[in-house]
Amino acid sequence: MAGIGGRSGESSSSAFAPIRAWLILPTWLIIGFFLVVPVGTMLVYSFLTKEFRGGVIWEFSLAAYDRFIFDRGLFGDEPPKLELTYITIFARSTIQAAAATLLCLIIGFPTAFYIATRPVSTRAIWLFLVTVPYWVNLLVRTVSMKFLIRESGPLNSFLQWTGAISEPLQIINTDFAVQLGLFYSYLPFMVLPIYASVERYDFALSEAAADLYATRWTILRKVLLPTVKPGIIAGCILVFVPSLGAFLAPDLLGGAKNFMIGSLIEEQFKGNAGNWPFGAAAAMILLSMVLVVLMIYARRQSGRSRE
Amino acid sequence: MAKISGRIRRYPGFFPMTVLCLILLYSPLIVVAAYSFNDSLSITLWGGFSFRWYLDVFFGLEADKFRDAAWNSLSIAFMAATASTIIATAASIGMVRGGEFKAKPASFALISLPLMVPEIVTAVATLIFFSTIGFARGYATILVAHIVFCIPFAYLPIEARLKGIEGTFEEAAQDLYASRWQAFRYVLFPLMAPGVVAGYLLAFIISLDDFIITNFVKGAGIETLPTAIFGAVKQGIKPNILALSTLMLLISVGFVTISYFVSRMGVKPGGYRPSAAIRKKKGV
Repeated sequence: MAGIGGRSGESSSSAFAPIRAWLILPTWLIIGFFLVVPVGTMLVYSFLTKEFRGGVIWEFSLAAYDRFIFDRGLFGDEPPKLELTYITIFARSTIQAAAATLLCLIIGFPTAFYIATRPVSTRAIWLFLVTVPYWVNLLVRTVSMKFLIRESGPLNSFLQWTGAISEPLQIINTDFAVQLGLFYSYLPFMVLPIYASVERYDFALSEAAADLYATRWTILRKVLLPTVKPGIIAGCILVFVPSLGAFLAPDLLGGAKNFMIGSLIEEQFKGNAGNWPFGAAAAMILLSMVLVVLMIYARRQSGRSRE
Repeated sequence: MAKISGRIRRYPGFFPMTVLCLILLYSPLIVVAAYSFNDSLSITLWGGFSFRWYLDVFFGLEADKFRDAAWNSLSIAFMAATASTIIATAASIGMVRGGEFKAKPASFALISLPLMVPEIVTAVATLIFFSTIGFARGYATILVAHIVFCIPFAYLPIEARLKGIEGTFEEAAQDLYASRWQAFRYVLFPLMAPGVVAGYLLAFIISLDDFIITNFVKGAGIETLPTAIFGAVKQGIKPNILALSTLMLLISVGFVTISYFVSRMGVKPGGYRPSAAIRKKKGV
């Protein structure tokens, strides 16, 4: 059992302590200058006035956030009405990300459990099989999914050939297609943490429950699931967070009707809308949502370790 | 007892779910790879087996575009992975072998920041930043952005490896009057090497994979493979895209397979013990 538990903390040497600042400095500089400062700049931009065809005028303005919530008519002089377009896009993204997380959980949990209960020698191979597609280029995977499920695609031809359906199924450009795409993008993030916690789970607990005449499903519900819950929560967060701001799956599989946050932001910088402060504000709101989710998670984690 | 312990580990329906999972993961890739050999102008009808679309990728009308994009993708991935691996190796030694210090949690948060910030937010922030400081968008901006988000991917496998190596090795070396550099160069680095290689390969793949950030910071007139494919797919999937996708798929699978075997070098079930690995190497 070498290398397990808190032992590593004690045995770890501090041979490089005198120069540690120099060793970490490049990381501080690069991430600080090219990520922290840019996010700060973005925050400032979200409070500036928009310039036509991209860019900004350096004048303080709440217009970007105002536009998010209120509709003041074409010339901005009508009394404000509640604007639902953007709130709807954010709500739809949240629901889609949650649905994709659920899909990942429904398929990922049995998979992770099955792998964790294989003999030790074959577990790595199963994990390898589940993670290999993840390392294939995300765009290539999404395009492949689009190719497979499009209206005259191989899936529909196959189903029609077997006689299961007579008319091609409309899968592409639906909510489900987006969920399938997000599932395909982030599944390993669900499987790996659940696998890790089931692998650590002591099956003697299940045996004890079985001795006390609990059925298999009761054991699953009352003993196993509560024990591996941290892994499940970690998996859900790891799928939900990137799904929320995903661009490729909604854009390529969802079509125009299933507009999500990613496409909304992209359009402000790439498309014809060209409203940089509004794009920055939308990105800021997305970032805040993600940080709130991560902070709740971190608080729960620290609460757990204090118990 | 054996009967009970077998029964509580097995749930009906879990194996079929695993099979379903693998079918969902692999069928799109297999179907695209199969159709890339289709000798037909249509992507729907099967017209026999041929390599014509692979020839088209290399010598067809769009060959120049794809060659430039591939060159940009590979050269950026090579440089971004190299830079981020060097930075991450230094940081991991400072973090794992630097003792306890106040800025440690903050440093770790900073290293993992690129993983927490949604990609599209990073993309927007980087674009705005470069535009504010008046830096022209192009090859250099893509490279810088890639180095930033590759750092945590390079860091994590290296840190994991380093944490599994007992500190007594460098201490012994230093007791024998090795300088800090020598202790690193001749003792610690060889032990860390599999983690460093795994981190490098991971960073390389992540750089090749990126679409969103590249798309924002690339500027006009420069394409990487993902942005070139995205542009082409927007006009509809053509057979040459299937061939190009299959090639990229093979490269990724090759890389991951190498990374898998490299990172398992010297690892035994139950944890990594360098002393055992060294004994084995010396034949003791």
